Amino acid sequence: MNVLVPALIALPTLAAGVSMAFWRRVLVQQLLGLAVLGACLTGAASLVFTVADTGPVAIHLGGWPAPIGITLVVDLLAALLLTMSLAAVVAVFVFAIGQPRADKSAYYFHPLYLLLTAGVSASFLTGDLFNLFVAFEVMLSVSYVLITMGGRRDQVRAGMTYVVINLAASTMLVTTIALIYAATGSLNLADVALRLDTVPHGLRQVFATMLFLTFGIKSAIFPLFFWLPDSYTTAPVTITAVFAGLLTKVGVYAIIRTQTLLFPADHALSTLVLAVAALTMIAGVLGAIAQDDMKRILSFHIVSQIGYMLFGLGLYDAAGLAAAIFFMIHQIPVKTALFMVTGLTETMTGTGALHRLGGLVRRAPLSAVVFLLAALSLAGIPPLSGFFGKLALLQAGFAAGVWSVSAISLVVSLLTLFSMTKIWAAVYWNEPEEPPPLESARGTGRLRAPLLMNLSTAALVATTVAIAICAQPIWQLCLLAARELLDPRAAYITAVFRR
Amino acid sequence: MILTMALIVGALFGAGTYLVLQRTLTRIVLGLGLWTYGANVLLLLAGGRAGAPPLLDGDAPAASFADPLPQAMILTAIVITFGITAFLLSLAYRSWTLTGDDMAEDDVEDRRIAGRWRVPAASTTEEEDDVV
Repeated sequence: MNVLVPALIALPTLAAGVSMAFWRRVLVQQLLGLAVLGACLTGAASLVFTVADTGPVAIHLGGWPAPIGITLVVDLLAALLLTMSLAAVVAVFVFAIGQPRADKSAYYFHPLYLLLTAGVSASFLTGDLFNLFVAFEVMLSVSYVLITMGGRRDQVRAGMTYVVINLAASTMLVTTIALIYAATGSLNLADVALRLDTVPHGLRQVFATMLFLTFGIKSAIFPLFFWLPDSYTTAPVTITAVFAGLLTKVGVYAIIRTQTLLFPADHALSTLVLAVAALTMIAGVLGAIAQDDMKRILSFHIVSQIGYMLFGLGLYDAAGLAAAIFFMIHQIPVKTALFMVTGLTETMTGTGALHRLGGLVRRAPLSAVVFLLAALSLAGIPPLSGFFGKLALLQAGFAAGVWSVSAISLVVSLLTLFSMTKIWAAVYWNEPEEPPPLESARGTGRLRAPLLMNLSTAALVATTVAIAICAQPIWQLCLLAARELLDPRAAYITAVFRR
Repeated sequence: MILTMALIVGALFGAGTYLVLQRTLTRIVLGLGLWTYGANVLLLLAGGRAGAPPLLDGDAPAASFADPLPQAMILTAIVITFGITAFLLSLAYRSWTLTGDDMAEDDVEDRRIAGRWRVPAASTTEEEDDVV
């Protein structure tokens, strides 16, 4: 454990440096990346089983005990989400290897991608408020470069919005950290949780709101989501796929972690979180319905689905939190897979605009099947994974008597299905209104995409089907994780201060 | 002393907010710079009163010298902001070479809606999509 957990952060970072040295040899970069990311995925998966048995585990770097040294903490929530994220990371990496590369300047893609993975791992594993900020910055700095990769005019413009919004949110986070440090004199999350007991109720509410807003900007909640659809759509599609699967979910993880650990039930912002959850769902799905480009439709759905995760958090009981965790586990591969299908479509036809696509159900049947499974799962059609996530959320919502948000989530599911059928009808059934831009894609012949791209997309969709098949055991793990979150003093804090 | 520092933090945040709300990226970058200065001064303030020596030998009680942690945090924050500011300036330069200015773009949806108002005929294709 003492080696494995820091290695999940250190290994990709080191590999990023080595990969940089081999910038002329893409094959070496690809093999190195695959080996390192595969090793990290295996390590994270083994952590799930360890942590499910023993409860949360804390690692004190350099042997310094808890409030003084830097602490890494693995609990079930972190281990589950990290495993799912790394699965998506590996799938997108294979997808990127398979992609025919027109852009010769992309040799820095591999080192950056490894560094992004290190940032994501560090965000999940850190047990320290300031290190959480640093981990977010590692992840986001890399994402700034990746999102403007290519340096086209629209990318530069969209990148400006993205960087400025995130830097503003980061400044807010530093401000919040300064205030929390001034009030408690500690940065270790477990230690802060204990010391906040002596802080007046009003001040705790200020901290809770500030942390919620800061991470809310990064996870695109209502009304702070406007940067997301604009900036995600201009990036190369492999980048959008990995961002869609990971970045906003890391933001939601940070919200769940800080709110449950630092602000137990009597200080919680349940009403605010529930209201924001409902508005996020509605705003996202209505935005998606108005769009006519695959990437933009799916980007708005990222926002809409964040609402469901907040819904589970807002209920603030074991069933609600477990449902939110299950929903996140399902959401990471599904969202990534949907963007990968968009990438397949763009590779085959040169566009993602609905009116220039059509008839792909005959011309590219594999991508049609893969899209259908992922889209129905997103909408929550049984027996796919989204259904179980939404069922669990609704059961928790009805049990807690939160009828309004439960009803809204049902309507939003219906609208999600409508928006997915819009893509399905335009891209896979109808004839295109205008021919697609790529010469090779005109006519009615079969369209082909590189094997690795097809394979990785299919593998990720197979993962979502596997989540549906193993719904019961995964649900038990989520319930266990939720109970740990609700009683941090028995689990998380004890683990950090155990000698 | 604490009041003076608090006023400085407030002034930095206020001026930063004014600059961030401008349209050109160079001004926004300056505004973000002021914000991070404000946050850093606030961090320094979180370490307690000014005037204590930075280091004393091992036997001195902890309360008699300045808290080193805020300084370490400020240093980290400065490094991070420095890197990102450099990146933002290079983006501004790229934007200037490509388009001749570094203005922040209007929101995509806003532009679409504005376009509908001016040229009603241009919106027909979108309406057809809605029927599907």
